Amino acid sequence: MLGGMMATLCSRGPDSAGFAIYGEGRPDMVKLSLHGASEGHVAAVAGRLAEALGKELDFAVRHTQAIVSVAETDLGHAEAWLTAHAPEIAVVGKGRRMEIFKEVGNPVAVGKAFGIERMAGSHGVAHTRMATESAVTTDGAHPFSTGRDQCLVHNGSLSNHNSLRRELRREGVTITTENDSEVAAGYLTWRMRQGQSLGGALQSGLTDLDGFFTFVVGTESGFGVLRDPIACKPAVMAETESYVAFGSEYRSLVDLPGIDNARVWEPKPATVYFWERGQ
Amino acid sequence: MTGVIDLKSATIRDLNSRLQDAASAPEGSVWHVANVRGHHSVAVGIDRPLTVEVEGNTGYFTAGMNHGAEITVKGNAGQGVAETMSAGKVHVTGDASMAAGASGRGGLLVIDGNAAARCGISMKGIDIVVKGDVGHLSAFMAQTGRLVVLGDAGESLGDSIYEARLYVRGAVTSLGADCIEKPLRDEHRAELAGLLAAAGVTDVPVDAFRRYGSARDLYHFKVDNAGAY
Repeated sequence: MLGGMMATLCSRGPDSAGFAIYGEGRPDMVKLSLHGASEGHVAAVAGRLAEALGKELDFAVRHTQAIVSVAETDLGHAEAWLTAHAPEIAVVGKGRRMEIFKEVGNPVAVGKAFGIERMAGSHGVAHTRMATESAVTTDGAHPFSTGRDQCLVHNGSLSNHNSLRRELRREGVTITTENDSEVAAGYLTWRMRQGQSLGGALQSGLTDLDGFFTFVVGTESGFGVLRDPIACKPAVMAETESYVAFGSEYRSLVDLPGIDNARVWEPKPATVYFWERGQ
Repeated sequence: MTGVIDLKSATIRDLNSRLQDAASAPEGSVWHVANVRGHHSVAVGIDRPLTVEVEGNTGYFTAGMNHGAEITVKGNAGQGVAETMSAGKVHVTGDASMAAGASGRGGLLVIDGNAAARCGISMKGIDIVVKGDVGHLSAFMAQTGRLVVLGDAGESLGDSIYEARLYVRGAVTSLGADCIEKPLRDEHRAELAGLLAAAGVTDVPVDAFRRYGSARDLYHFKVDNAGAY
């Protein structure tokens, strides 16, 4: 369904695509989303990681990525091993439930390569990119991880990302690309590290982030939406008894079940919205 | 004559070509557009009095450049509905997204729900009646025409306004540069009553509205400001 929603908006961003899927999780395990050069490459690295940890690892390889589940107690070791022995591997996400997949290419083809339509979960985020601020690379594709089980996608462009990147690096936040959206993700990570809630971090972003943005932020239990005060970039919501959906345009929502009777509305500028899944 | 154009089989180009062609869509004909599914540019550039009923939510620029048709969107309209309309009527039964009625030169745009940011931006003679609220920077640089809002108006209403007249019943978050409240005189009551009647609003007294317009300080050259150039 997410793939279908995204496919209708291919024309908005044809160069790369990414997904965050919130599937099953276990309380004592952490899923690492690893991105490599090829299926063989990530599979081999996952195998070597298992050897290094000295235990059987549960991992699933899809296209250029592997989702590796490691015990909470092994997480530090696993991350240190990856940095030291497989520096070419990008850890694009980690969390109890969140899995991130992203790649350059036509969004429909990318979705197919990862088999997105066969995945299940409580919620998910899809993004198609039309690069403006940095190169068309997988590193520049969204979603960006902002912390455990948290991710961000962005439509727009930030004008103060260079100065903000310098400040965040000084504060010890890891930012690997020249991409402006990664800076936004890093900014939220930093704010939350200071003790703010995600909602609070987004609220602070209204003051500190200069530029155009509509953000969608995924969390373990739901997702949030924030538009800049000028509302340069589009956003539309659909709500029914059973779901909440976001799209850049209504076109991407038309195949959702019961859409004809859904409440369809536009989120207001400079307003933090959040939807949490009922337990 | 009455016709149905189904966007499941017809392309947007088919739809607009048929509606724009006087041979296939003569004056007075009535058209239903089905399976709209958020398409952009639905029923644009029609230059004669037709009736077009658009069934469902639309994408960007619905009924753009309308010149005489009466177009109803049964649902929400995306950005720029009725942009540069010069004559006719466009009626949205739900909400309208940003820049509704942008640069419109004439005709009437009625929105039953809310309109988002920049409603009536650069309006040049269009009349707009919004039964709900309008977002920020509505009537930005509005030149002529009337904007009537039965609900509230967002920040910077009428920023850098010229000679358009704005009537708001609810709260105004803030007025933009050079936009001020002005007295509601009898001539304004009469024009407001006419606009409300045209939009099918019968139960709201004109005295519930406040009028806003240009202080005319910004667009006249003032020698006192010469040093600023």
